[in-house]
Amino acid sequence: MTDNDPSVPEPNDSTNAGGPETDTETNSNEKAYWSENIRLLWTLMAIWFVVSFGAGILFRDFLDQFSLGGYPLGFWFAQQGSIYVFVLLIFYYTWKMKKIERKYDLDD
Amino acid sequence: MDTQTLIYIFVGLSFSLYIGIAIWSRAGSTKEFYVAGGGVNPVVNGMATAADWMSAASFISMAGIIAFSGYDGSVYLMGWTGGYVMLALLLAPYLRKFGQFTVPDFIGTRYYSKTARVVAVICLIFISFTYIAGQMRGVGIVFSRFLDVPITMGVIIGMGIVFFYAVLGGMKGITYTQVAQYCVLIFAYMVPAFFISFLVTGNPIPQLGLGSTVNDGSGLYVLQKLDLVLQDMGFGAYTDGSKSMIDVFCITAALMVGTAGLPHVIVRFFTVPKASDARKSAGWALIFIALLYTTAPAVGAFARINFIETVDQTEYAKAPAWFKNWESNDLIAWTDKNGDGKMEYRSGNAFAGSPEFTGETGASGERLIANTVNPDSENEVYVDRDIMVLANPEIANLPGWVIALVAAGGLAAALSTAAGLLLVISSSISHDLLKSTFRPQITEKGELLAARIAATAAIIVAGYLGIYPPGWVAQVVAFAFGLAAASLFPAIFMGIFSKSMNKEGAIAGMVSGLVFTFSYIAYFKLIAPDANIAANWLFGISPEGIGVIGMIINFAIAIAVSKMTDSPPVEVRKLIDSIRVPRGAGDAATH
Repeated sequence: MTDNDPSVPEPNDSTNAGGPETDTETNSNEKAYWSENIRLLWTLMAIWFVVSFGAGILFRDFLDQFSLGGYPLGFWFAQQGSIYVFVLLIFYYTWKMKKIERKYDLDD
Repeated sequence: MDTQTLIYIFVGLSFSLYIGIAIWSRAGSTKEFYVAGGGVNPVVNGMATAADWMSAASFISMAGIIAFSGYDGSVYLMGWTGGYVMLALLLAPYLRKFGQFTVPDFIGTRYYSKTARVVAVICLIFISFTYIAGQMRGVGIVFSRFLDVPITMGVIIGMGIVFFYAVLGGMKGITYTQVAQYCVLIFAYMVPAFFISFLVTGNPIPQLGLGSTVNDGSGLYVLQKLDLVLQDMGFGAYTDGSKSMIDVFCITAALMVGTAGLPHVIVRFFTVPKASDARKSAGWALIFIALLYTTAPAVGAFARINFIETVDQTEYAKAPAWFKNWESNDLIAWTDKNGDGKMEYRSGNAFAGSPEFTGETGASGERLIANTVNPDSENEVYVDRDIMVLANPEIANLPGWVIALVAAGGLAAALSTAAGLLLVISSSISHDLLKSTFRPQITEKGELLAARIAATAAIIVAGYLGIYPPGWVAQVVAFAFGLAAASLFPAIFMGIFSKSMNKEGAIAGMVSGLVFTFSYIAYFKLIAPDANIAANWLFGISPEGIGVIGMIINFAIAIAVSKMTDSPPVEVRKLIDSIRVPRGAGDAATH
């Protein structure tokens, strides 16, 4: 048996179908869109790392000297706070990406 | 009405609801069977994902683990939620844009290779079966304790229900039953949590209750009181862990990345209409999950306080009914070391291993055990962590209907996850192995039939594992995450974010990640369990956290091999361009 997968689909080119742009213009538009997405990803993943691995684990002992109600702060991040931030991160990304996609006319 | 009758009514009602939904949502095509037709509303899908995700381990075991390990339990809280950020940001929208049916579909197509597809199927089946065995144990515990039927019968009833909606309805049936199961399980989790939080702190919201003062007049905060009481009894402080920082870090990371690489979770995002819906859906899924996950640490802490207050220094003869109920289910034991008839609860094991009852009763009426008593500890009480959530309503003296609700909730959690796992196993066999690899000429009808036969076979194997659990099953369930992190996640991630990753690199990466992680776990858990101590671990990382190292190995080998071999063909580069932009997802789903 050959190793080539028979189900490789034709590349989906509907993204630039019907548009007046030439190939190169579309590509630079898509490239700009992609690098803006990557920048946003880096920022949000950095926050993701800081609230969980940072505040909840690496700097927990330091943060535990402060408290939030009856919670030591590091403990709060580990068992409550990081989860709240995770939810906010996803919804912010969803909202921001919609804006970026509209800007480059690539939304679905 | 007595509690037992209420339990039968609640469980019976919830089961008829699931069967009703199964009949209403039968699947007619492979697309309906695999991805529910691809038209599920993102919020509905979020709810189904939450039920799919929250297994018997989340519902039954997690709060118990946190209750007995305090800060160390954070690895599960962060690990099993943080993965959704990775899913929403790094994987889900692109996989939805790619728009086929299974995870091996993506890997096989992106890496233009049948071998890659088959390797992905092997990883998937391995991960899913280790995971599903744990669900069956959950079903068994709930049935034997609450419905008073033998575990075998309980597992058979549970499998019958899952058979009904997974085999008939496929993903479509599963999606809508999971929505119902989410409602049952979250209600069942929150109601006792509100009650108990109110009883202990006077604040009914558990998330706030855990940060409040105990209403016993002492003016201490809940966590302060726990720290003091536990240290008095010889335990470490509740807010301090016993695991090393590097181990906590690695376990959390392995669980997060593993979550993002679990096929039964990923495949849920194939069911929404658009790529942007996949992101939204992951957000909703995490909201529904966070509701339970931010409640669990409160439930755990309150359960620990209640447990200490009702058990420690109580005469066995006056022990509450729940204590004796669980004792008769082998999950609690007491051995009167100092012969005073009172139960001393202290740190350390009361005796070696889990209880082996002799069948005789002692002076106070307790069930005697044959285990060797541990002379180094004053502790006389053995308690299985898994009972905390189930016993909580009884410990707090809540009304019978709350106990019945918890029984129905535990079953909903176990069954919803089992169904999701069965579906990815059956579709990987009918779609990836038959249709895409060995018998491409199979008809749509034949493929659908094959999917149903595969689902039936998978249910039988899962049921067998539930009735005759091999000793290692309960031990390795948590390791499904490490395996997913070390095998599937890097292949999918690089498939989206790197245009130069080729089939040779991806296959070498997956195989080495899987083999390394599996060997490390197998060595410490199966071959040499006695050597499973921190001093022997690689960099001090326990088998639970080793998936992270497996993942790094996967990435490193994949990149090295891809540099030495041909770059991927032009069509594949175009495919990557296409999945990176959201427009046109509807078209992608129809090819």
